[in-house]
Amino acid sequence: METLLSLNKLNKKYGQIHAVNNLSFDIVKGNIYGILGPNGSGKSTTLGIILNVINKTSGDYTWFNNSISPIEALKKVGAIIERPNFYPDMTATQNLALICKIKGVAKSKINEKLKIVNLFERKDSNFSTFSLGMKQRLAIASALLNDPEILILDEPTNGLDPQGIHEIRQIIKTIATNGTTILLASHLLDEVEKICSHVIVIRNGKKLYSGLVNEMTASKGILELKVDTNQQKLLELLETHTAIDKVSTNNNTYVATLNKDVSAAEINQYLFNKGVILSQLIKRKPSLEQQFLDLTNNN
Amino acid sequence: MLRLLSIEFHKFKYSKASKVLSFIYFVLLSAIALFSIIKFNIGPIKFHLAEMGIFNFPYIWHFNTYIAAILKFFLLLVIVSMISNEYSYKTLKQNLIDGLSKKEFILSKFYMVVAFALISTLFVFFTSLILGILYSDYNEFTIIFSDLEYLLAFFIKLVGFFSLGLFFGILVKRSAFAIGAILVWLLAENIFKGYLYWAFRNNNNTDETVNTIMQFLPLEALSNLIKEPFSKLNAIKTAAHQIGETITKSYDVEITTIAIVLTWTFIFIYSSYILLKKRDL
Repeated sequence: METLLSLNKLNKKYGQIHAVNNLSFDIVKGNIYGILGPNGSGKSTTLGIILNVINKTSGDYTWFNNSISPIEALKKVGAIIERPNFYPDMTATQNLALICKIKGVAKSKINEKLKIVNLFERKDSNFSTFSLGMKQRLAIASALLNDPEILILDEPTNGLDPQGIHEIRQIIKTIATNGTTILLASHLLDEVEKICSHVIVIRNGKKLYSGLVNEMTASKGILELKVDTNQQKLLELLETHTAIDKVSTNNNTYVATLNKDVSAAEINQYLFNKGVILSQLIKRKPSLEQQFLDLTNNN
Repeated sequence: MLRLLSIEFHKFKYSKASKVLSFIYFVLLSAIALFSIIKFNIGPIKFHLAEMGIFNFPYIWHFNTYIAAILKFFLLLVIVSMISNEYSYKTLKQNLIDGLSKKEFILSKFYMVVAFALISTLFVFFTSLILGILYSDYNEFTIIFSDLEYLLAFFIKLVGFFSLGLFFGILVKRSAFAIGAILVWLLAENIFKGYLYWAFRNNNNTDETVNTIMQFLPLEALSNLIKEPFSKLNAIKTAAHQIGETITKSYDVEITTIAIVLTWTFIFIYSSYILLKKRDL
């Protein structure tokens, strides 16, 4: 497996603020990665560093196993950052032609890429007349011009309406099926869950988790319990049970996080033997959202 | 280099404001020709500027480059706005992400500066040549092509001045503020000059001392490149002579001034690069 990008103990400090803290991870060819983290967690800063627009404080990163210089590497990368940035007086085609000149690729790609993002009909309209969704699609077209080995997308659906979000996600999925490696930064769990195979969770610039999206959600599960009386006793019993990590309350419902494989029946039997009768018992897998909140709150 | 120039030209070609300003600039440059038709016929007094000798070779090189240099502010606006727009549209960031290095970005802007200066110089050269051929009293080949160093000075003056604009554009990021900063700098140089006059007021040769120091400042050096041509005109000299003044002044383009301006150009471009390199976008 070929490593496209490798971060090694990357740090970025803005005065007192440690925006990226000892971040290390590898991006392997063929996978779809999500960088997940709340707003201000250092996602964009990290991408800014590897894209040569933000200076790192320490640590390093290498593109394509250091086979080419970082600047040359960027010509083999497609990236869009936060907002689509183009020259307002130029049309879609003229903007893309400029990027072709910068990246050193043939202009013949322009129409092909505009078709992928459904902007071919508007190719001769000025960029300033585009809606945000169209601007974002143009940005994706521009990132695809050089048939990149890796596509980096920073919050690609940010600020778009549901229709726009859907369009962008469809486009990303189409690109992914063609075998392009994708690195997607997002604060939307749903987005990462739907699109990515791997996830890197960061908060306050620190890596909290990295691995498969499936494995992140594949914990032992949670129990939701409810009783009509004896709340205090239930809480005590749950907290002393060896299979239960922790218990939290939510609107009279107790949520117990499991650390072992136990069935709902076993728990029910245990509580019944101790004299607690449940009015509700549900065992389920936690959503990515739950996992994410757990991760970001506990670390 | 050709790649960078073509990138820059592409940006210029599709920027309306830049095109309009450059167009105005070249129209005004051509307007120098209008001096030729300034004629007053008030009874016995006949005044025809073209016949005063301003279009005589080689004086015309000096006169036209001096006048044309005043118009450089139009192109300064183009340069500063093309740089600060890269910041406000965030296209600078996008250019870098797309694989342009920070060095290439500065170089591409510098090439644009040189290209503007070169085109202006050629433009002034041809307008002056035509005007001269039409109105000059001397049309010998050797006279026509003497004193061409004024064109070189004009070129260096524009490159230096636009490099200053490039630097302030990168430094301040907003075109209006960048222009403001250049004006503040101009003011600061003049205040400093005033201070020097005050500080050396008791010296025997105040003027000389002040100028020796002032010549190292960028805007002063730029204006020293081409000295005012008016007092060189025969008509003016005669007039001055009549009131008992003799003008003994060197109007030459001096090598030291060229060296100072080139040094400043280098400083401006290199600091722009360092500034951009250190900055997080």
